[in-house]
Amino acid sequence: MTALSALIRRDIRIALRVGGGALIGVLFFLTVVVLMPFAVGPDLALLSRLGPAILWLGALLASLLTLDRLFMADHEDGSLDLITMSQTPLELACAAKALAHWLAAGLPLIVATPVLGLLLNLDMVATSAVALTLLAGTPALTFTGMIGAALAVTLHRGGLLMAVLVLPLSIPVLIFGVAASQAVIVGPMTFGAPFSILCALSLVSLVVGPFAAAASLRHGLD
Amino acid sequence: MSLIDLANPTRFLALTARVLPWLAAATVIMLAIGLYQSANAPDDYQQGATVKIMFIHVPNAWLSMFVWAVMSIASLGTLVWRHPLADVAAKAAAPIGAAFTFLALLTGSLWGRPMWGTYWEWDARLTSVLILFLMYLGLMALWRAVDDPSRAARAAAVLTLVGAINLPIIKFSVDWWNTLHQPASVMRIGGSALDKSFLIPLLVMAIAFTLLFVTLHLAAMRNEILRRRVRSLQMMQASRAAFSSEAGSGSRGQNASNEVGAA
Amino acid sequence: MSDLKRGEMQLSGRGVTCVRGGREVFAGLDFAAVAGEAVAVVGRNGSGKTSLLRLIAGLLVPAGGRIALEGGDTELTLPEQCHYLGHRDALKPALSVAENLTFWADFLGGERLDAAKSLAAVGLDHATHLPAGFLSAGQRRRLSLARLLTVRRPVWLLDEPTNALDVAGQDMFGGLMREHLARGGLIIAATHAPLGIESRELRIGGAA
Repeated sequence: MTALSALIRRDIRIALRVGGGALIGVLFFLTVVVLMPFAVGPDLALLSRLGPAILWLGALLASLLTLDRLFMADHEDGSLDLITMSQTPLELACAAKALAHWLAAGLPLIVATPVLGLLLNLDMVATSAVALTLLAGTPALTFTGMIGAALAVTLHRGGLLMAVLVLPLSIPVLIFGVAASQAVIVGPMTFGAPFSILCALSLVSLVVGPFAAAASLRHGLD
Repeated sequence: MSLIDLANPTRFLALTARVLPWLAAATVIMLAIGLYQSANAPDDYQQGATVKIMFIHVPNAWLSMFVWAVMSIASLGTLVWRHPLADVAAKAAAPIGAAFTFLALLTGSLWGRPMWGTYWEWDARLTSVLILFLMYLGLMALWRAVDDPSRAARAAAVLTLVGAINLPIIKFSVDWWNTLHQPASVMRIGGSALDKSFLIPLLVMAIAFTLLFVTLHLAAMRNEILRRRVRSLQMMQASRAAFSSEAGSGSRGQNASNEVGAA
Repeated sequence: MSDLKRGEMQLSGRGVTCVRGGREVFAGLDFAAVAGEAVAVVGRNGSGKTSLLRLIAGLLVPAGGRIALEGGDTELTLPEQCHYLGHRDALKPALSVAENLTFWADFLGGERLDAAKSLAAVGLDHATHLPAGFLSAGQRRRLSLARLLTVRRPVWLLDEPTNALDVAGQDMFGGLMREHLARGGLIIAATHAPLGIESRELRIGGAA
C-alpha cells in the first residue's frame, strides 16, 4: 500500500508543479465549451438543450487528450523499467497512475462544470445532473484511455493515433452519460437506468483497464 | 542569469521599495473616495440600485484591455530591446490582468441577472471579454509550462503580440456573429450619455483601479525578480555542491560511505 | 540488517539467447556470478551488453535458456531482488532531490536506509531540497546511485555506471561497490571503461 500511495502522491505532485499539465485540461475544457456557441449560435434555448452533450464532449476530449503522456513520460526517463521490476504488480501500478491522473485532471473538470453550465444556460438541476454523470463516467474515460496511453508507449507514438484508438472505446460512456443527463432535463426516461449502466461501465473499466494497460506495457518493453 | 543582468533589477527593487508605499496609500485613498461617491450616486430610474455595479464593472473591463496593452509593450521590450525587466513585467501582469478580466465577467454576469434574467447571455461584449479571459489563462499556462523563464519569455511575447493584433479581429467577428444571430431583445446598457452624477464617480473609480493595477504590478514584478534570484542562487548552490564534494571527496566520500556500511 | 552470507548466493545463466528486432544478438551464453563478486560484461558496441542486463532484470524475455538466482530470497522473483541502473536516471526534474529519492524508497519497499545518509554518501547532501532539474548529468547519476544505497537489494545491474561521473565520483562509486560486495552483494556491470574495482570479465559477442 505504501508503494501505491507513494506513486499516487508523486504523480499528483508532478501534475501540480510547474510544467505539469493538470490545469491545462480544465482550460481546454473551457475553451471547447466556449467555442460551441460560435458554431451553433447564441440561442439560449438551443444551448440549454445541447448543454449536456457539449459538456460531455468537452470533458471526453479534455480527459483523453491529457492522458497522452501518462506512461510516456515514465518510459522516457526510465522510471517505467523500475516500476515494472518492483514487487508491486504492474496492474496495480497502472491503476494507481490512472487514479492519480483522474484526481489531478479529471476532478477539476467536474469542479468546473457548474461554471460552464452557467454559460450554456443550464439550470441548477441540469448542471448537477451533468456533474454527477461526469463524476460517475470520467473514471471510465480515464481507465479506458489508459489502455491507449499504454499502447502509445508500445508503438512509440502518441497524440492523434492514441485518440483514434481510444475514442471509439469511449462511445458507450458518452451515450449513457448524455442519456442520464438528458433524462433529468427533458425525460422521458428515468435517470436511474442509464446512470446505473454508466456506473457499471466505470466499474468494468476499472477492472479491465489496468490489465489491458499492463499487458500492453509488458509487450512494449525493450 | 548572470550577475550583470541582476544589476538593473537591483536598481528597480530599490526604487520600487520607496515608491510602493506611496502608491498603495494613493490607491487606498482613491478607492475610498470612489466607493463613497458611488454609494452616494443616485439610483437609475430604470435599473434602480443595480446600476451601481457599473462603478466596479467598468473599471475592471477597462483594465482587462489596458493590462493586455501593457503586456504587449513589455513583449516588444522583450523581443526588440531585450530589456531584462520586460519579460518580468509581462509575466507579472498576466495573472493580474486575468483577475481583472474575471472580475469584469463576474460583475457583468451579476449585473445581467436582474437585467436579462440569466447570469450569462452570449452578448457580443461579454463574449469578447470571455475570449480575452481565455487568452489570459492560456498565456499563464504557457508561463507555467516552461521551467526556464527566459525561454518562456520569447514564446509568451510572440503570443501576446499576436493576441494584440488578433483581439480587434476577434472583437469584430464576435460582433458580426452576434448581430447575425441576436434579435434585438437584449437591453443595451450604457449607450446614452452618462449623467455627471455617474460620470465623476466612474472616473474616480477608473483612476483608483488603475492605481491598484500599478501597485499590484510593481509588487508582482518585485516578487518575480526575487523568485528568479532564488532560482539562480539554487542553481549556483547545485553546482557548488558538486564542486565541494569533488574537492573533499577523497576523505569525505570515503567516510560517508563507511558510515553507510556500518548502519 | 541481515547481511547475506558470502558464497551462498549465485546468479547463473544457461544457454541464454537474445533476439531483438528479428536479429540474434547473442546465443547460448553461459555465465555465473557468486555473492561478493563483480562481473564486468565487456564487448563491442551492439554486442548485447545492455540486453543481457535487461534480460536479467526481467525487462526482456530471453528467446532461449534460463536465468536464475539461487540462494536468494525465495519469496521474491529475480527482478525484485535486482537494482537496475540504466542509461536513463529515472528522475523527475520537477521533484526535489529528496522527493525523488524517498519516492523510490517508498515505492520499491523492503529494507531501507535513511535517505539523508545515502545522499551524503554520494555527495549530494547540499542539494537535498533543490529540484532535480537543476542537477548536472553527473549529479543526476549520483542521485541514482543514492537509490541503490537507500533500498537494499543483493544484485546490482549497472549499465555504464561511471558515465558522466568525474574522477572523484568514480572513486566514491568504487568504494560503494566494494562495500556492497563485502556485504555479500553481487554486481553485474556492462562497461567500456575500467570499473575501478577488481572484477571478473565476461566477454560477449566475440573479440572487441
